[in-house]
Order: sequence, then structure tokens, then C-alpha cells
Amino acid sequence: MSFLEVKDLNISYPTRKETIVASKNVEFSLERGEILGIVGESGSGKSTIANAIINLIDPPGEITDGSIKIDNIELRSNEEIIQNIRGKKIGFVFQDPQTSLNPLFKIKDQLIETIQAHLNLSYQDSLTKSIQLLKEVGIENAEKRIEDYPHQFSGGMRQRVVIALAISCEPDLIIADEPTTALDVSIQYQILELLKDLTKKRNLGVIIITHDMGVIAETTDKVIVMRYGHIVEQGETKELLTNPKSTEAKSLVISVPPTNKKIDRFKLISPDGKEITSNSTNLTKNIIKTWGVRENKNQKLLELKDVTKIFDDQSLGSIFPFSSRNKIDDQIVRAVDNVSFDLIEGETLGLVGESGSGKSTIAKIITGLVNPNNGYIKYNNESLYNSNNKYQIHKSRGQIQMIFQDPYSSLNPRFKVRDIISEPIKFFQKNINNNELSENIHDLIDIVGMTRQSLDRYPHEFSGGQRQRISIARALATRPRLLICDEPTSALDVSIQAQILNLLKDIQDELHLTMLFISHDLPVIRQMCNRIVVLKNGLVCESNETESLFNTPQHDYTKQLINLMPKIESLI
Amino acid sequence: MLLKTYNKIYDTDIGYSFFNSKLAVISSTIFFVILFCSVFAGIVAPYNPFDPASVSLMDAFTPPVWSEGGSFSFILGTDQQGRDMFSTMIYGSRISLIVGFASIIFAMILGVFLGITSGYIGGRYEIIVMRLTDVQLTIPSILMALLVDGIARAIISQSMHDEMAIYVLIFAIGISEWPQFARVSRASTLVEKNKEYVSASRIIGLSNILIMFKHILPNILRPILVIATIGLALAIITESTLSFLGVGVPPTTPSLGTLIRFGNNFLFSGEWWITFFPAIFLIVLALSINLLGDWMRDALNPKLKKR
Repeated sequence: MSFLEVKDLNISYPTRKETIVASKNVEFSLERGEILGIVGESGSGKSTIANAIINLIDPPGEITDGSIKIDNIELRSNEEIIQNIRGKKIGFVFQDPQTSLNPLFKIKDQLIETIQAHLNLSYQDSLTKSIQLLKEVGIENAEKRIEDYPHQFSGGMRQRVVIALAISCEPDLIIADEPTTALDVSIQYQILELLKDLTKKRNLGVIIITHDMGVIAETTDKVIVMRYGHIVEQGETKELLTNPKSTEAKSLVISVPPTNKKIDRFKLISPDGKEITSNSTNLTKNIIKTWGVRENKNQKLLELKDVTKIFDDQSLGSIFPFSSRNKIDDQIVRAVDNVSFDLIEGETLGLVGESGSGKSTIAKIITGLVNPNNGYIKYNNESLYNSNNKYQIHKSRGQIQMIFQDPYSSLNPRFKVRDIISEPIKFFQKNINNNELSENIHDLIDIVGMTRQSLDRYPHEFSGGQRQRISIARALATRPRLLICDEPTSALDVSIQAQILNLLKDIQDELHLTMLFISHDLPVIRQMCNRIVVLKNGLVCESNETESLFNTPQHDYTKQLINLMPKIESLI
Repeated sequence: MLLKTYNKIYDTDIGYSFFNSKLAVISSTIFFVILFCSVFAGIVAPYNPFDPASVSLMDAFTPPVWSEGGSFSFILGTDQQGRDMFSTMIYGSRISLIVGFASIIFAMILGVFLGITSGYIGGRYEIIVMRLTDVQLTIPSILMALLVDGIARAIISQSMHDEMAIYVLIFAIGISEWPQFARVSRASTLVEKNKEYVSASRIIGLSNILIMFKHILPNILRPILVIATIGLALAIITESTLSFLGVGVPPTTPSLGTLIRFGNNFLFSGEWWITFFPAIFLIVLALSINLLGDWMRDALNPKLKKR
């Protein structure tokens, strides 16, 4: 008899027009001391299963069939039992540590409340226990910090508190729904180590839901691959990763960017299970005809020198808007601190760093969305900012374009795709006639691999990957030379990520674009970039050719980043 | 054909929500019947109360048809000048609605313009505009309207004033309603301007005017539409209040508020219908608009959306 047993679980969400099956005949089991990973693309029903176990399915969704047993106790639709078991036997770690703690209560109160609700302990005992728990999850100075509010902790620390909360009532099962997605690499490593450690020490069953194959490879014993609510494959992690049988599992494994070598193009799996190495097409021919052939001359296209950006707390400075403010050094954040680098025509430069390292701010400064406080930026030997650090309208305007992180907010929801793409074309070619315009639009939509029918639809009708393609088409509409990609694939699933990255590589090769690629994902950076700049707290730590940086990192921080990134190869 | 369009509308989320809300269907039916009547007052109303030839003092104070002494030619009775109450109310509601719509559109244009620009541009301009709305909100709208009317009377001569009365009224109500629009559109603009599609437009190089009114405006229309609907009811009530106080439209072209004021004089001498029917009419009109606004607020709010 296994510890947790899920049998024939069916969950459906009836809506007005159709019934969405979120999980169909799902069956798996879990032993104590084991970590089970559930992977799948977004919308595959991973989280639904976790929610079903603790009976937190939002109406109108319902479990239509099946059974969930813990230690042979049936949990399904028995509100009284589940009340006792949720929190006591099952602990839950949510994705976002920013929102899963109540910001109005001290950590102390939240821990004690949970402990007293389930264990029969006095206030003093609960307090001692809480402090112990915080120490166990690695929070230093726990006696003092327990008096703090959630906002006084950093993201990683907060996730530790959430884990402390989850194990506070000595549960037997912990469900972690994307526990490290919102965290930086080094903190992700610590949290995963903590979970592994607790699993062994306390003999817990753990379910980790994630879309990151690296996390799966490094932490789990068993893994389930899901698609459209079905389990397509399950087995020992090592076995499944080295020798996937189903098409879905294959495509998940194969599209993970390798961390130990550079490959030219990502391999993709076609629906019938065959490998495709490249989806490069010759559709760029028309574009090249209108753009004219470009040559890359191996010269500096972009030059940043001593660029500094300071954010100060202006809005909170004074109640009276016109009074002069005394700037206190504490309130000043140096988001970008004396950053200098060059970008050679035709290359891809990677900017790597954790959140808050200033990489997005640099992109905003180059595109003129944020003015720097100091330093200069030259594009094609022409300064982008005047002496007052105001963005100038320069003659190469439109040659710098950007692709954004969030495909859901980067397209105006009220515009049709045709209007989204045509706007920049019309802006730069005021007297373009309608025939040329629609020809231009068709070329662009072809090049990003979308159908022409999609031109007459609105952005919300497309998936994240398709939206990112539209975003690329819009960026190409102004005939850019420099393309800035700000985490273009961090919101996408692995296999979609591989497609988009391939597309970017193809476009770059054929249209001779220069790229600035910003990401926190080292494996992706390794695949995309020729040179890499590593940033930390707004400062440049190290910059080098990609391969030498990965093989012989110089700076301690770079070494740490490279060591800690989850590696799928650790098993293969 | 009609059925086809019905099915098409029913298929959309908003249409589904509409047809499944009894309140929305009933209140919108009432509102559109009133709107129809007042737009086509010349056809719907049995008399033209503004035409002196059709009014006879002999018919004054005729009670409604079901009371003693009532007549079928005047279903809801007549007022002190012998005007048919039913016709007067329809013509009166026309003026009420014109003032209501016009003033709310005026307030909307002013408020939304100031709101979007202050939200988008920020800085001192934003601070000045928002403090202005704060000041405006401390003055009760009736007081503001009375103030505007008083100033208008001082500037414009009496004979001109009767002609200008309706414009003064529209301006007065509009000027007291705009802060709502400014606040809501500023708040929505602050959310929208940080979205990446706005950054993308800025990188392309589009002008601020284009970004504000072509890109941001369509995305913040929903909350504006909701407060416009609720504001419409408020504007109609404000108009009636002003007319009741005697500073609204002149008695020769009575609005609902003017009718209530006339009737008020006869309330205790037994001619209750002169004030009662316009008052009920006003309540029904304002209530139907308010309920429609309530439904709209729920239906357009993605957070309250039912699956």
C-alpha cells in the first residue's frame, strides 16, 4: 500500500459553451521519502491535480470521478476529513512568495495560528516550535526575525518562511506548485536543497510541480509528464529523461537548452514523433529584396560608456510637491552603475543577471524609455542622448527595436494583428501605398511563421508563443539593425521556447541583425550569444566570449551562477 | 435575420450576461422606451404642450382618467394651464435627457482628456490637475451648478438667458461631474502606461498624443463607460433639482424638475397628479439608468466574470 494513491481521477470544468476536461483518468502513487515531479506545458492540468488533492478546486470545476487516498484514508469530497488533513497532513508551497503570506501579520502570528489550529500546543510552545522551524529552514537570527512582517524578507527568505509554514504541523505530504519559478538561480538551488533535505530528514512525500526540466532532473525521483489533462508518461526520473518514449516527453527533453555545449539550432519533435533539426525557411527572400542586402562590417554598432542610472524615492520624498528635496543616500538605488560595453555588428551579446541586476534598465536606456543620469551611448557613432541626458530624435530612429518579456501585455488588446504590424510601417514610410503596405505585412507575418489569416484576429485569440511571434513581426516592421530581446522566452514553455529561439537565430542570420539578448537563464544565453556580460547589482562582474566564460569563469559570482544552474545533464 | 443577430449577440460574453440578467433586460427596456418616446415626442405625445394654440385654459386641473371628473382625452390629467400631463412629461423628459447626455459628454471629454494626459505625462502637470479635482470634489455639485448659473445670469441679459438656459445648465452640470472621469481615467492610464505595448509604441517613436488617444484610450474605456452611465442618472437628477429650485430651464419649456416644482404648489389643494406623475417618471428613469450601470459594472469587470 502506497502512502499517497491517486486512482482514475477525473476533473472537469463545465463552461457555458463546452466542458473542459482538466484531468482524465490520472493515476499515480507516491511513497514516503520520495519526490515526485509533475511536468507539462501550461494548461496541461498539473496544478489542477495538486489542487484536487487538497480539495481546493475552484467552482465550477469538480472532481467527477476517482479516488485520492492518503494512508488509505479516502480524501475525496469529504469536507470534514479534508479540513483536518489540509495543513496538518498536507503542506502546500505556492509559486509566488510575495502573495502567499498575509502582509498584515507578523511571521510569528501566521506560524502560531497554523500550529495552534492543528496541534494541541500552548502559545509559548508554539512560539518555541516556530523559532525551531525557522532555524530548520535556514533563517538566521530566527528569534528576532520572527517578529518581522513578510515584506521585511527577501523573496528567497519568504519562500523559506512559506516552507516553514507548510511543515509546521508535521505533515506527511508537501505539495510545491512551481516553488522556485519566481526566484533567482542561487536561491532556487537553496530552496530545492532544503526541500530535498527535509524529505530525507522527515521522511515526507513531496510533489513538485514545475515546467523546468532542470529542476526535475536535479531533485525528483519519479516524474509524470502531462498533456491536456492526461498522463502521457511516468517513471523513474533518470529512465524517463534518458530514454523518453512518448512524443510529448521526447519533445520536452529535447528542447531543453543543453548547459554543457553550444548547439546551432534546437531540435524539435514533429507531431508524428520525428526529429526536425531546423525549421528555417526561405521566406526572408522578399524582405531582403525590400530592405536591400546588408553587410556586417565588424565595427562597433553600439557603444555604452560609464552609463549610470539612479532611482531615488521621489514620490515618497515630500508631501509638498514643489518643495526642494533633500536626497538621502539611503533612498538612492544605483540600478545601473558605470556600465560600459560595446556591441559589434552582427553579433549577439548576452546580458545575464538575477532580478534587480539592472539588465532591463539598460535595455530601457538604450531604447530611450528611461534617461540615464550619466555616461554616453553611441549608436553608429552618433550619440543617443544630448548633453542634458535627454533622448534625441536621431536619424537612425527605428533601427533599434525591442521584443518584450510578457507576450500578454506587449500587444495592444484592442488592435487587430494587421494594425499592430502596419502601424510602425506607416509611421516610417508616410506615403506608402496600400498594395506595398499589405505586401510588407504579408512578408513579415510569413517570416515569423504565422498564417495570413491571423492578420484579421485580435491578440487574445493567440497563445503565448504565437503572440511572441507577432511581437517579433512588429519589431521587424521598422527594418531594425539592432534587436533587443528582453527575456523573450521566460513566459513560454520549453518546446515553444525552442521554436522562438530558433526563429530568432534564423532571422538574425538572414537579415544580418545585431542582437542584445537579456536573460537570467544561463543555458539559453549559452545557446544564443557570442559574448556575455554578467551583471550584479548594476555592476559589470565579467564579460567574455561565451565559451571561455562558461569553461573558465573568472569572477566568483559567475562561478557561483554556473555551478548552481539546474543541469539536465546531471543525470544523462 | 433578426434571430441570427440575436444569436450572435447572445454568443458573446457580454450579451450572455445581459440576457441572463432580468434586471438588465427590464431596466434597459424601460430606458429605451423612455428614450424612444422623448426622441419621437412629436409622434408619441397626443398634444404639443409648447404650442399655445393646442392648450386651453378651460381644461386646466383635469384629474387623471380614473378619478372623478377625468377625461379620456387627458389620461394623466392636465396642469394649471390646461396642458396634457402625459405630453408635457414626454417633452419634459426630452429636455432632461438632452441636458443629461450633453452634460455627461461634456464632463467625459474634459475629464478623460485631463485624466489621460495627467496620468501619462505626470510631473507637476499631474499634481496640479489632481489637486484641482480634489478642490472640485469638495464643492457639492448643486452648489457648483448654482454658482455657474448665478455667474451666467450676471453676465447674460435676462432675455438672452432664457435661450441660453439650457447651455448654462449643461455647462454647470458638466463642470461639476468631470472630476470623476479625471480620477478614473488617470488611475487606469497609470496601469496601462506601464504595459509593454505602450513601451513598444514609444520605441517605434509614436508621438505622445497618438499613444495616449489611439493606444491607451480604447483600453480604459470600460470603467469610463460605467461611470458615464451612473453619471447620466446623476446628471438628470441634478438637472431636475436645479429646475425645481427655479434656476434651470425656463417655465415655457418645462423639464421634469420644472413640472415637479409647478405641481408642488398645488399638492395640498388636491391636484396631486401634477407633481406626482413627473416625480414617478423621474424616479423610474433614474433607477433604470442606475440599474443598467450596476449591471454594466459587474459585466465589464473581468474579476467578477462568471465562467
